[in-house]
Amino acid sequence: MIASRFLPRQHLQTLFDQLDALGYRCIGPQVRDGAIVYDRLGDLTALPIGIGAHQTPGRYRLEHQDHQRCFAWANGPQALKPLLFAPHETLWRTERDDAGRLAFTRELQPAQRQAVIGVRACDLAALALQDAHFADARADPSYSRRRHDLLLVGVECGQPADTCFCASTGEGPAISTGTDLTLTELDAGFLVRAGTEVGSALCDALPLRAPSDGELAQAEAEIEQARLSQHRSLPGRNLRESLFANLDHPRWDEVATRCLACGNCVAVCPTCFCSTEREQPSIDGSGSTRVRLWDSCFSAEHSYVHGRLLRPDTRTRYRQWLTHKLGGWHDQYGRSGCVGCGRCIAWCPVGIDLTAEANAICSDASESAQEAP
Amino acid sequence: MSTAAAMGPPWMGPPWEAEVLARDQETRGLCTLHLRLTDANARAAYRFLPGQFNMLYVPAVGGVPISIASDPAQPQRLAHTISAVGRVTRVLATLGTGDRIGLRGPYGRGWPLEKAEGQDLVVVTGGLGCAPVVAAIDYALARRTDFGQLVILQGVKHAADMFWRARYDAWAELPNTEVRLAADQPDHHWQDHVGLVTDLLDEVPLRPQASIALICGPEPMMLAAAKRLVALGISDDRIWLSLERGFQCGVGHCGHCQLGPYFLCRDGPVFPWSEISWLVGRKGF
Repeated sequence: MIASRFLPRQHLQTLFDQLDALGYRCIGPQVRDGAIVYDRLGDLTALPIGIGAHQTPGRYRLEHQDHQRCFAWANGPQALKPLLFAPHETLWRTERDDAGRLAFTRELQPAQRQAVIGVRACDLAALALQDAHFADARADPSYSRRRHDLLLVGVECGQPADTCFCASTGEGPAISTGTDLTLTELDAGFLVRAGTEVGSALCDALPLRAPSDGELAQAEAEIEQARLSQHRSLPGRNLRESLFANLDHPRWDEVATRCLACGNCVAVCPTCFCSTEREQPSIDGSGSTRVRLWDSCFSAEHSYVHGRLLRPDTRTRYRQWLTHKLGGWHDQYGRSGCVGCGRCIAWCPVGIDLTAEANAICSDASESAQEAP
Repeated sequence: MSTAAAMGPPWMGPPWEAEVLARDQETRGLCTLHLRLTDANARAAYRFLPGQFNMLYVPAVGGVPISIASDPAQPQRLAHTISAVGRVTRVLATLGTGDRIGLRGPYGRGWPLEKAEGQDLVVVTGGLGCAPVVAAIDYALARRTDFGQLVILQGVKHAADMFWRARYDAWAELPNTEVRLAADQPDHHWQDHVGLVTDLLDEVPLRPQASIALICGPEPMMLAAAKRLVALGISDDRIWLSLERGFQCGVGHCGHCQLGPYFLCRDGPVFPWSEISWLVGRKGF
């Protein structure tokens, strides 16, 4: 265990100044439109100071609280995913000359060093999954370029939402890996520990002091309390066998009567990676731009193949999402695609809780069970 | 700014430019485009394996995955047989000699032809499913002594859907080659089998222990063929089929072809029955 140091709250700005001096564009949490979003952060006064986030199935509300903490909320609808896997990406442009010849070009955005402050354990686990997906043997160039210089300042989660279940999936609320710097917030300041050489160099430039035993004990107690306060859980880490053995479970029909197939769960999920390509023709017909947008397996077009839809109804689309997220990912990435952030529960307009669905489908042996190899 | 040439193989695009060298109208709804990459370096470097596919791209319209239906020994001239059923394929079907589109590829795992050396090949196809296997037949015929008996079974719904008749007739004349055709709905001229292509499996001599089967067609047809071949004694790791989904990226990123543990565009589209049988024919997957 790397020894923590203590950063008094009044010196948090020094961290921002250091990152700025090193040429990083600082991204951090801030309140916008009633939610906590991650965007360019000029200074620490823009942080959600004294803000809490009340989340229950189908509901997300911010509330003012009587404290000066900046990270006393679990999460917002997005964190790292849109910063790396852009919701709208230009793939290439086509120009057609008078002779009908085509010229294709791809412009990659110049690399911009980014530092993200306030990353949670759930989002770090999701980032590792997105890395496995996009930075594979045929790495996505846009993702890889943004990922390369990304600096991550994690903040351990002391105030999980009602919808959180990272303790069940094993990601949090403590941060064990994946950051350059990890903070644990207390009233008077932050415990700080470095995870990389870059993080160590940052620490050297901060006015850190040794933490008191009381501060260390308080931080440990808060994280333990955050773990114990979570009451949702999945019925196991690997649900592949039980999900594929229950493809005809009546619960799929039942959840389909509630699910709106709106795709909110996919949009807020930090691991969902589906995308679709679209054309944006120029108005004079001389050229066109190929763009890549986030897609959702809840849309009709997602299952389009050769003039027909493989998944014509909500039942098969919800089943596709859940069997992939909690089942197929184990084969493809060696772990579940769920990191326990609970966003899909809070942001579902009708409050569908995937832990409840998974428990209903996987907890009993269906009569229609059939073997998956 | 980077160009295709500077970035190497265009796995993610941008595509190469391809020129239509010729267009064949195969049936009322099917045509074949013979394409040539216009960039000499890209053309010289391009290779494909039978069973792989390209993404064809029409600027301002969109892209579609189309299998390569020509001889892998002639990768400078790529044949793509297209059924005009969707928004992009309907535009592709209107193209003629000299027209230019985008092409990137090849993608995916092709037929297990090295593994099939010394074996009989049993080709069972339905409708346009013959296209991805024609390259495999060309490959085998170019190395005729490396393979045993060649059994080619093709079925169509209507007799009028049968195309490449001359090609089947020519193959039928070759030694140690059995060609049988089936139409579910015959016309007055039809002289071959009336019924399903899978019926023919009971009529041709098969050596189950020494055969590799290559199946491509509509999923219900592939399901029936694979089950029949298993019943005839061919083990499930000797039966291979090519699956189709809405491939967009070609490298397993876009998610449209996820099926159980696989991304079909990257891990397939060709799979042994032993790996995929539990998911084929399941509605919704």
